[in-house]
Amino acid sequence: MSDRVPSPEDTSASNWLDRATGVGTSLGRALMLPALAVITALIIGAVIIALTDIDTLTVWGDDPGEAFRLTLSGIGDAYRALFVGSLGSWRAITETLFAATPLILAGLAVAIGFQAGLFNIGVNGQMLIGGMAGLWVGFSIDVPAIIHIPLAVLAAMVGGAVWAGIAGLLKARTGAHEVITTIMLNFVAIFLVDYLLKSSIFQQPGRNDPISQPAGSSAQFPRLLGDYRLHIGFLLALAAVWVAWWLMYRTTIGFEFRAVGFSPSGARYGGMNVAWIYVAVMAVCGALAGIAGANQVLGLEPYRGISNFAGSVGFDAIALALLGRSHPIGVLFAGLLFGALRAGGREMQGAAGIPIDLVLVLQALIIVMIAAPALVRAIYRIKTPDQELETSISAGWTK
Amino acid sequence: MGLELRGITKRFPGVLANDGVDLTVAKGEIVALLGENGAGKTTLMNILYGLYTPSSGQVLIDGEERRFSGPGDAIAAGIGMVHQHFMLVPVFTVAENVILGDEPTKRFGWLDKRRARKTVREISSHYGLDVDPDAVVEDLPVGIQQRVEIIKVLEREARFVIFDEPTSVLTPSEVEGFFRIVEGLKADGKGIVFISHKLGEAMEIADRIVIMRRGRTVAEVMPSEIDEERLAELMVGRPVELEVHREEAKPGAVVLSVADLVVLDDRNQRVVDGVSFEVRAGEIVGIAGVQGNGQTELVESITGLRPSVHGMVRLLDEDITTRSPRAIHRRRVAHVPEDRLGSGLILAFTVTENIVLGSYYESPISRGIQMDWDEARARAARLVEQYDVRTPSAEVLVSTLSGGNQQKVIVAREFDRDIRLIVAAQPTRGIDVGSIEYVHSRIVEARDQGVAVLIVSSELEEILALSDRVLVMFRGRLAAEFDDSVTATECGLAMLGETASGPS
Amino acid sequence: MTAVSTASDVKITARATPEQRRATVIGTVLLLLAGVVVWVFGLGVESGARSTFNLSLPGERIQDLSWAVNSRWLAYLVAAVVAFLGGWVLRRSHLRWTNLALAIGLGLFALAFLTWAAAGKSFSLVGMLRSTVILSVPVTLGALTGLMCERVAVINIAIEGQLLTAAFVGTIMGSAFGIWAGLVAAMVAGAILGAVLAVLAIRFQVDQIIAGVVINIFALGLTSFLARRVLAAAPDLNSPGRFASIKIPILGDIPVIGSVLFDHNMFVYATFVLVLVLHLGLFYTRWGLRSRSVGEHPKAADTVGIDVYRTRYLNTILGGLIAGFGGAFFTLSQVSRFEENLTAGIGFIGLAAMIFGRWMPLGALGAGLVFGFARAIQQKLGILGTPIPSEFLSMTPYIVTIIVVAGVVGISRPPAADGQPYIKQ
Repeated sequence: MSDRVPSPEDTSASNWLDRATGVGTSLGRALMLPALAVITALIIGAVIIALTDIDTLTVWGDDPGEAFRLTLSGIGDAYRALFVGSLGSWRAITETLFAATPLILAGLAVAIGFQAGLFNIGVNGQMLIGGMAGLWVGFSIDVPAIIHIPLAVLAAMVGGAVWAGIAGLLKARTGAHEVITTIMLNFVAIFLVDYLLKSSIFQQPGRNDPISQPAGSSAQFPRLLGDYRLHIGFLLALAAVWVAWWLMYRTTIGFEFRAVGFSPSGARYGGMNVAWIYVAVMAVCGALAGIAGANQVLGLEPYRGISNFAGSVGFDAIALALLGRSHPIGVLFAGLLFGALRAGGREMQGAAGIPIDLVLVLQALIIVMIAAPALVRAIYRIKTPDQELETSISAGWTK
Repeated sequence: MGLELRGITKRFPGVLANDGVDLTVAKGEIVALLGENGAGKTTLMNILYGLYTPSSGQVLIDGEERRFSGPGDAIAAGIGMVHQHFMLVPVFTVAENVILGDEPTKRFGWLDKRRARKTVREISSHYGLDVDPDAVVEDLPVGIQQRVEIIKVLEREARFVIFDEPTSVLTPSEVEGFFRIVEGLKADGKGIVFISHKLGEAMEIADRIVIMRRGRTVAEVMPSEIDEERLAELMVGRPVELEVHREEAKPGAVVLSVADLVVLDDRNQRVVDGVSFEVRAGEIVGIAGVQGNGQTELVESITGLRPSVHGMVRLLDEDITTRSPRAIHRRRVAHVPEDRLGSGLILAFTVTENIVLGSYYESPISRGIQMDWDEARARAARLVEQYDVRTPSAEVLVSTLSGGNQQKVIVAREFDRDIRLIVAAQPTRGIDVGSIEYVHSRIVEARDQGVAVLIVSSELEEILALSDRVLVMFRGRLAAEFDDSVTATECGLAMLGETASGPS
Repeated sequence: MTAVSTASDVKITARATPEQRRATVIGTVLLLLAGVVVWVFGLGVESGARSTFNLSLPGERIQDLSWAVNSRWLAYLVAAVVAFLGGWVLRRSHLRWTNLALAIGLGLFALAFLTWAAAGKSFSLVGMLRSTVILSVPVTLGALTGLMCERVAVINIAIEGQLLTAAFVGTIMGSAFGIWAGLVAAMVAGAILGAVLAVLAIRFQVDQIIAGVVINIFALGLTSFLARRVLAAAPDLNSPGRFASIKIPILGDIPVIGSVLFDHNMFVYATFVLVLVLHLGLFYTRWGLRSRSVGEHPKAADTVGIDVYRTRYLNTILGGLIAGFGGAFFTLSQVSRFEENLTAGIGFIGLAAMIFGRWMPLGALGAGLVFGFARAIQQKLGILGTPIPSEFLSMTPYIVTIIVVAGVVGISRPPAADGQPYIKQ
């Protein structure tokens, strides 16, 4: 309430890190934090690898020197595999992009929610329902690919939008917090999909387990580069990034989404129908997640639906959105990074015997750093920049 | 013997809030600390109460220097503070609030609620405060809540009591009751600091007046030696127009008509209980009343932000009772909201984005769903210039602007249209005098151009200065209606539901 | 001074308040439920079918207690009562009792549902109630954790992660050093995660929901990773013992109630005791008053000298201890074997129970029982063999959670400062 003169920006860089990374500039600052987060996470990951290498741990008692060497080589093997698997060859790079595709889409689904102040943890369920819708179009009709694929993708978008819309509607009408409703809907979706996969509509004739008929060949996403697994889904993801950017920053819809995200009461005063905007936001997020779901069934072998085909993409997406600061371009790069981690992680599991869950741990560590800029600054002794206003995500259970 | 602040200086990043301030308070003395918003009074008192530590300077009690690392130390030293925004937990009872932090307990930390109640009753009767220990604070009227704050302070045997803007939430009659309580405290030998920006009250109650401006004490006077105009001049540093110059109103057709409106608050109470009035083109109607008598909800209902359950609101010939905020906005109604930071602006948006907050969906700011940011920026630049908004550029976050400039952004956004009705709630709360003058002059200007203006304010002086007609709101109803020859006293009585011939 | 002026030509309309609208919705829902009961549960069973509810368990002193009822008649009776309630709520004459009517209506609907499921068969009602109590324990403990944190205005989304990690630690330590060691270790693990949440939220002012989600992801990833790397290699570390059931003398022998309430393992009894202790603590002690003040109005607490930060740290860590206890319940009493994602969303159901229970310990217990019942339905009905596919039964607790959260938000008020970091100047 008081009438203070705004403070001049404090531009004195106090240490070598500031000067080296140009912390006074906003781009420098924007890139530095995620970079540091990733590096720190890799370091901690190395420690975890070392500490859980049970075989090597037992050697410490007998021969510390040898144990140390073994530990280092174990870490080295792991990270070398990580690198080789993600960037070490053409094949690896296409694998990275291939893995990045659903992550980028799902990341956008979370990021747009964040920008509107909504916590969309339901990407998993939205992918499942959207994917099933796309799959159904995939095997139910028989038309040329040029019609079939867009139709299937559209069906997936609608399916995802509807599923997410349930949570949005509940929030709009009853104020039910989307954290709980979307997580619950995830579980419901998993069971629903299991049921559908065993039902006569979807189930592969002659099988007893939850697995569907295959999608017709005209619905399967065509590959981009010969034998490599990379398919047009990646191009869809790139298009989605562009559309998301345009939507959020160049349209009235994006203006409304962001206004609601920063201040629902300010948005309401400005004439916006906040409740319906919540529904619209969730629908858009759900549509994006639906495309990601379609990617999972139409973009890769065996072009069928199986139990929980969304995997952990939904949770990775949250990390992605945070890493990318909820900005579409940021999500793109974060998605590429996580795709690299995945592709490399698979190699790491195969070649060095490190369970792929380590990647999950690395991701979690990265998010912690991102979500706590103060933490990173405390670790590396960096000065606080001037005010950065965050979206009002958690303001309690009723908004 | 007494309290002394010597050479207190307090620096915040970029701001020198207190600059070598000296202040003394003796036992049994009432000192009024005057200054406009931002002068540094509250900072000074927060230092005294241990909420801040001074960058330099000393606090001395009975000649001994004391350092406070928190309110606990200040309380232990005998300093008590009655805050402007009450530090009461709404869902607790009076007794629970009073004992919080100093609880009487039995074994294992078990609360001795009986003793708590007894203490409250004792203090209450000694000072004539009349409060029920088991009442839940959020159900109590504001005037009574303030008494709970006072009891809190007295329970800890404060020797010095600081009151921060105590009368901003009281009706004129409650203010009289408050002054009696303060005089009772003085008679008990307590030293009292009374922070205010209300000149008349300072002159009435204080033994000594200290004036602060821009973080420094600029004068110290006796009430008998000075008048309000000179005080205002000392507060602001230049001669101040206490009156708003305006010509005779020429009211035209009825623009806004409210009939028997009933509105419920968030707890389903009838907070607006059958209100009817009209506002004509070219006139300013002011609704006076202490906060909490339904004005907020009345404004929200008229502007479409809150549904009513009964009654009607008409704009010219049209029934807008159930219309949405946007529909009402499109019907050329400007709304300057009471909650500048929470509703009027989106703090994390830039000045430009805030300027188009009400018009982003219309041409030329957007075509279809595509926004034209060049147009938006052009409009923002024009309005920043026209409305004298002090900002380095229109692309900074609006949160970096001062309160007065933020309000100018809102006024610019709302007034820069072809409007026929202005609804302004607390339009000059918490902003500097220069901006207050500016906002008032724009309002009068609009009225002279034939716009109908409805102002709601808890600052009676503002209402009296601006309004052609004054309505007084009390407990959800319009208690009285006056023309512009009304005096503050008459208004004050009406604000308590009484007329000159006795309680209504 | 003139009197108040009134506008001419006043058209007075009255519009419904939110309470009245809610009553309309609920009344309609009750009528619909009554219709379902008649159509599906009444007409949908054979005319003479009887549902037999067993009221005694094998091994009890009094055997062969049961209650047989004509399935159709019960359905009609229930339908009549529910329809009556629905109609009464629709009249909107006593709005305060709307929620109670809804609760009674839903309870009767559940009874009719069970009767239908058991038509022509016999069904262990006692077993069902006993399962309800057992299955409610982790939910109640999760809710208590949540409310300990939220009463000091720290939103704890990480309960799921705390439960999971505690379960994991409990099983390893339990296998290696015995069940009591496992219990203690689990509680410590929960407390450590609580401390992490506290540090992130309080010291580093991370958005509390993000911090919670992060901890969950971390916990899931770490426990899955370790389960595969460590437990797979050393399966001995995944077979801890179990806390045995203890029957309370005398009380445990009462027919029906004895088996349901007084013949459980330590976890169940401890949960009841904990609910009572927290209720007394929060509302009758100095600690409780101060904690609640921090959650409702931290600035007020600060100005009377209460250390807001310390209170928040302390209570969040205490909540973590409770979560740790709840996590131990999974591996040291029930399943006794850690599996990936063992907790399957119970932490979040606990949050819903906390909201449903209005942030009060006794409410958390009641809500926990409701969710326990939903989970018991999922288990028991699978055995009965109803026409409902098993996947839909599995969805039950989650759908119930959604309905509860949607129906209850806005009615119960969280602590006023919930979710907001406290910033001292």
